[in-house]
Amino acid sequence: MISRLEQLKLGALKELDLITDAKEMELWRVNYLGKKSELTGILRSLSSLAVEERKPVGTAANRIRTELENGLDQKKCALREIQLTAVTREEDIDVTLPGRPLPTGRLHPITKTINEVCEIYNSMGFQVTSGPDVEWNYYNFEALNIHDDHPARDVMSTSWVDIEADKDRGQMLLRTHTTSVTARVIESQNPPIRVVEPGRVYRYEATDATHTPMFHQIDGLAIDKGITMADLKGTLYEFARRFFGEGRGVRFRCDYFPFVEPGVEMAIECLVCNGRGCRLCGNTGWIEILGAGMVHPRVLERGNIDPETYSGFAFGMGIDRLPMLRYGIDDIRLFYNNDLRFLSQF
Amino acid sequence: MKISLKWLREYVDITLSPHELANRLTMAGTETEGMQCIGENWTGITIGEITDINPHPNADRLKLVTVNLGSEQTTVVCGAPNVRIGSKVAFAPVGAQLIDGHSGEPFRLKSARIRGVTSNGMACSEKELGISDSHEGIVILPDEAPIGTPLAEYLGDVIYDLAITANRPDCLSVIGVAREVAALTGQELHRPDTSYAEAGHPIEQQISVEIADPELCSRYCASLITGIRVAASPRWLQQRLLKCGMRPISNIVDITNYVMLEYGQPLHAFDYDQIQDRKIIVRRAAAGEKITTLDGLERTLSPDMLVIADQKRAIAIAGIMGGIDSEVADGTSSVLLEAANFNPGSIHRTGSALNMPSEACNRFERGIRPELVDEAIRKATKLIIELAGGQAAKGLIDVYPNQQDQEPILLTNEKIRGLLGIDFSTDRIVAALTSLGFTCEIATNSSGVRATAPYWRSDIKQEVDLIEEVARIIGYDKIPTTLLGTTLPSQSPEPMVKLKQMIRCHLRGYGFQEIVTYSLTSLEILRKLLPDNSIEPTPIRMANPMTAEQEYLRTNLRANLLTTLYSNRKHEDDSIRIFELGKVYLPRQNDLPDEPEILCALLNGPRQSKSWHEGDSPVDFYDAKGTVESLLHNLVTNLDFEKSSDASLHPNKQAAILIDGNKAGIVGELHPGVREAFDICEPTYLIEFNVTTLLPFTTGHKMFRPIPRFPAVVRDIALTVDREVPHHSIQSNIEGTHLVTKVTVFDVYSGGQIPGGKKSIAYRITFQSPDHTLTDDEVDKVQKQIIDKLSRELGANLRS
Ligand SMILES: [Zn+2]
Repeated sequence: MISRLEQLKLGALKELDLITDAKEMELWRVNYLGKKSELTGILRSLSSLAVEERKPVGTAANRIRTELENGLDQKKCALREIQLTAVTREEDIDVTLPGRPLPTGRLHPITKTINEVCEIYNSMGFQVTSGPDVEWNYYNFEALNIHDDHPARDVMSTSWVDIEADKDRGQMLLRTHTTSVTARVIESQNPPIRVVEPGRVYRYEATDATHTPMFHQIDGLAIDKGITMADLKGTLYEFARRFFGEGRGVRFRCDYFPFVEPGVEMAIECLVCNGRGCRLCGNTGWIEILGAGMVHPRVLERGNIDPETYSGFAFGMGIDRLPMLRYGIDDIRLFYNNDLRFLSQF
Repeated sequence: MKISLKWLREYVDITLSPHELANRLTMAGTETEGMQCIGENWTGITIGEITDINPHPNADRLKLVTVNLGSEQTTVVCGAPNVRIGSKVAFAPVGAQLIDGHSGEPFRLKSARIRGVTSNGMACSEKELGISDSHEGIVILPDEAPIGTPLAEYLGDVIYDLAITANRPDCLSVIGVAREVAALTGQELHRPDTSYAEAGHPIEQQISVEIADPELCSRYCASLITGIRVAASPRWLQQRLLKCGMRPISNIVDITNYVMLEYGQPLHAFDYDQIQDRKIIVRRAAAGEKITTLDGLERTLSPDMLVIADQKRAIAIAGIMGGIDSEVADGTSSVLLEAANFNPGSIHRTGSALNMPSEACNRFERGIRPELVDEAIRKATKLIIELAGGQAAKGLIDVYPNQQDQEPILLTNEKIRGLLGIDFSTDRIVAALTSLGFTCEIATNSSGVRATAPYWRSDIKQEVDLIEEVARIIGYDKIPTTLLGTTLPSQSPEPMVKLKQMIRCHLRGYGFQEIVTYSLTSLEILRKLLPDNSIEPTPIRMANPMTAEQEYLRTNLRANLLTTLYSNRKHEDDSIRIFELGKVYLPRQNDLPDEPEILCALLNGPRQSKSWHEGDSPVDFYDAKGTVESLLHNLVTNLDFEKSSDASLHPNKQAAILIDGNKAGIVGELHPGVREAFDICEPTYLIEFNVTTLLPFTTGHKMFRPIPRFPAVVRDIALTVDREVPHHSIQSNIEGTHLVTKVTVFDVYSGGQIPGGKKSIAYRITFQSPDHTLTDDEVDKVQKQIIDKLSRELGANLRS
């Protein structure tokens, strides 16, 4: 009986080996493992065998059934693999062809720079605010200690609006700096104040590689009890560190702006020569980045803020210069010509 | 202002290197914008004396010149026309670095054979030394030049180009800068001698001065020198003027310029004999009064201008320029020298009105102190006597009606700490201020000092001005660096900032490139926007436009976008999607213009970049509208569209954007006529909305909606309706029905089996109940209601 079983197994496995599709495999299963198969018959008739035969035959038959079942599982896997290989071989593509393009948009480099600068000041508690481009003489000049005959007006050649002047606020003009917003904030807000004011500014100037009649600035202002020049240095230093990177040298020197006292100019180590001196920095090793200072007491008084109680600092910085320095752009007009071959680089 | 280091050294001992000095001045407020080092490369070049000149054996125009260099003699070939025995010259040996007289390029001098004679060195021209462009002859040095001395030692100098800030007119002078250097380096200032012999008659017997308008002239000082001889200035004086960028004219004029550069006080010399009736009157010009100035031009004056006049006529425009009638010329023998102080505002206005900027004007308009005149007039008088001969009258004319002395200002240690964030001892404060010439007195009833500014400072008016002086002398680098520790203001972010940022980000995501264009434009461009070339609204005009292209403030962004599209189309054949988010400027009565923030975008060209994937169909109206829908669904809740009539757009392909029923913008195809006006070939689609109008609808607070718990049932229906029935009315009919949660149109079709005048339109409708699973019967019932209603109200039939 046992030899019959061995024979059965050998025959079955040989047959299994030759099977190539699922249908044949099912036939084989019915044939060798099905209810009517010989093996099932043997297992079912075990009880009719002699006692001493029953155990070895039962053991052998069960072993053989397990072996056939395992054989079937392996065959199933092998067939599935062959089948999948065949299918995927059919589905061949050229992966070197380009992908389906998604539209790519970009923000203007000036917008990106303003966003980046605002984010840095935001994180130091400064809120973004704004003011009008067309401004009264008063807010652009008078409120900032720049009276009509002030020599500082000569360097800020002004575009005037062709509308009759107002009795109190003077002639309308295109603001020459965003410091006009500082004047408005001082007049309309109460301390504590911490704001930054990005925007367009205008100069009555001929266009060339370093001048456009319109460009961008950001001004900032902090007023409260106990604000000092040390805070001004710290705030601007932190800005420089985060915008230009750790380790870039920063210098604060005395300078003059009518609406602050003491006045400060901040420069950073030249990005081209790292302080050794080159054409970009005029051989000084330094690049002027912004003007700042402690808000002049008369400017505070004009906004009804008592300079004996409150102090504060203000700063103003050109925006366009920053991406020019960062990307080595040598012509400011590129920002406003809007050639897509230029804009798509940022 | 250009300052010579050599000149500066006459007033202050300088131990710093030229570069260190530049840095110290820069840090303390006097910025060095440039530095020219004369003689930097003159290694080996020495002073020699020509001891012999012989003809060149082979060339008529060349000479053999023997030069005594002290330790040796050498003979060189020289072609310069101005060689003379006894002349002192700059001698360059072989190996010296020079500038080529013709090409201007630097070169190293080599031994040369010139027409058969070896020449080991040369006598140099100014151009070869790099001093100037003069190459007509060799440099002839003054007789006292010491033989054998390196030229750099004798003639070398450093010329600083200093940016003097508007508050420091006292530093527009060599002495002013020397005072800064002295304060910054702890040195004493050496004051020049200004004494001279007064040999003539008392001045008041020979001239009188009347200030008719003391508001415009606070002080008028004059000296009189008779018996002078007008000639060229000595070389040293000419050199100094040239180094400071001024042209030598004659000894008298040069002296007035020299003393202005030295002290910062402008001076003017009149030919005394041309002053009628020996009387000077400082008065306002009469309306239309005329004067011919030194430059030969006739100027018409107005009563807000100040003139120096005699009894008959104006002889100078005060502080601006002298008149030609009283000019010091070759035959002048007596000079009336003026040192006065004029009103800064008046000088500024006069200088601008006549367009006559000058060194004098530059100083007066910044507000120099009247006290500067004392030393300046004495020094100039002294120099005239020394260099032009003659004798000075006894005494000076000095009309100074309202002398204003500097007042002491209290500076407390507490205020310094409060503003600078650091404590300085009273000693340190006093030391800093004293070094700058302030007189300090320890305050009696508070800790601090009472400081009085020196007579030359016009910018010290209050306590903060003193604080800056202390801070800049001690050094800004001594001030600590801290972060703001004060109360954080209540944070109320400006919603517009956030909204603008969101719009920009979304559009970038949809493939739009942001552009930034000028706020100023021209009428010509604005006219192109309407087929009838009208302009609405009237833009604001500039009073002083720089160019015709920048004459008006823009009233829309369309024109600039279309111009940008046109210029990019010249080199770009791919899809172009651009937008700008910026202000327009709309006139208002008696107020600043309204400046709403506008979003304007254009779509033009193929829908997708050219690729091997899909066909390249061009963008159409629905691309533009889809952009608006995607963008605004993110920002507002109640978005709608209706037909509109913008004259710049195609009459049948445009729709107004409604938010909560309010018109906020427009989307549509550009009118073909407008498109042609901008030279754009393909159909172009425009999106425009007023972000300022949009703002109030975006700030609403959104609430969470739970995810439906019961399954949805989806049904598709196809209808036949009249072609004129808009999708919108079908959709809103379906949407209003009970249990309907979503309606999507998925097919629109006419022609074929659809009868004429009709169209087929298909919808997918989603039904869902919040509280139970819908049965087929329920949905059938609702669907029938919908179809009945559509049939009743819109004449729609269900297609089977
Ligand atoms: Zn550099």
